[in-house]
Amino acid sequence: MSKFDRRGFIKLAGLGGGIVFASSLSRGFGLNALGSVVNYANAKVENDFYFVQLSDTHWGFAGPKVNPDAEGTLKKAVQAVNSLEEQPDFIVFTGDLTHTTDDVQVRKDRMSQFKDIVGALKVPTVHFMAGEHDASLDRGDTYQEAFGKLNYTFDHKGVHFIVVDNVSDPGASVGESQLNWLKADLKQQKADARIVVLTHRPLFDLYPDWDWSTKDGAAVIDALMPHKNVTVFYGHIHQENHHMTGHIAHHSAKSLMFPLPAPGSVPKKAPVPWDASAPYKGLGLRSIEADPKQAKYEIKEINVTGA
Amino acid sequence: MNHKKRILLTGALLASAVVSGLLIYTKANAVPVERVIHITAKNFQFSPDSITLKKGEPVVFEISSGDRKHGFSLRAFGVRSDVLPGKASRIRLTPDKTGKFTFSCDVFCGDGHEEMTGTVIVTE
Repeated sequence: MSKFDRRGFIKLAGLGGGIVFASSLSRGFGLNALGSVVNYANAKVENDFYFVQLSDTHWGFAGPKVNPDAEGTLKKAVQAVNSLEEQPDFIVFTGDLTHTTDDVQVRKDRMSQFKDIVGALKVPTVHFMAGEHDASLDRGDTYQEAFGKLNYTFDHKGVHFIVVDNVSDPGASVGESQLNWLKADLKQQKADARIVVLTHRPLFDLYPDWDWSTKDGAAVIDALMPHKNVTVFYGHIHQENHHMTGHIAHHSAKSLMFPLPAPGSVPKKAPVPWDASAPYKGLGLRSIEADPKQAKYEIKEINVTGA
Repeated sequence: MNHKKRILLTGALLASAVVSGLLIYTKANAVPVERVIHITAKNFQFSPDSITLKKGEPVVFEISSGDRKHGFSLRAFGVRSDVLPGKASRIRLTPDKTGKFTFSCDVFCGDGHEEMTGTVIVTE
């Protein structure tokens, strides 16, 4: 029985989840191994752990044709995580916690409501990060009041996590100051350190005409490149995408409010309309099983249902 | 013709020649006239949002904002500018290829930013 089975994902996987294997190593893993199966039976598991990624919850969005359950989807996701038999070590929210608004008071209210909802999560450790909807209109001032720092690091069971802010600048840059901070942090890490970068926008040019890039993302990737074991998890594009820049794997997550079309697949980017025959299609969360010794990350996509 | 009149006549002829020469030089070296295309960014829209150009035709985009800070990015030609209220931004371009190209706002400006795009069509 796999660890996922033990952790009760089958209960959720019945809702249509899929497994992707990702690795920061390029030896036949990463993109080449999507959909394959890894046998963990003989692997030592004492350092293994898993965490859950939720993204682009856009609390405050209203659009019945896009998501008629805009006020219920995040709550269902919280229930889904709480229903896992074995709880994750921690949870990350990779940005766009709230939907943007010009009204500062409404922005504060949305963040407060969001915190109340996710306060129902059983897991005590939750790491937040901002999206452009949360932070770009006031350079992250309201976000920081509600959630704390925009960029920071934390360590967990041998993995060094780096949260990179590429949204508080409305021009979608990380900026020189943060780049220097990142380089200084990386200097403290060994070349083979297990590094996971959490961010909102893609660090590579996924589709810049749709704002799916970070202006100075190449400089971030250059800084990470000397490290052998780096994996990036991000949001922003409201769909799964798996991409390699050299040996660095980049994995985007689904949204918990509305899906977006595949990059460049339609003339204008706009939310994919709600499919009444398949409610919550294209929405979801994911679990990430980390095997620090092998520098591998097993991704399982989990759908949200209105059950 | 006395000496004084001869000097005056020679001077007039020389001045005329200099002026004519300058006119010919200026005409030969004149900078092609650039067509100015005014674009307004407001309410999460560019107006106009479809612009037709001719390949090789030099143009100047003069972009102004009617509300807040925006950006104008035409990546296919490697040009961009911030667009600020009360100040026109100018981008010079001589398109060297034909086709349909997207321009977009690349400064997050609020709810509607994602759909703030337009098209440049370059014909032969």
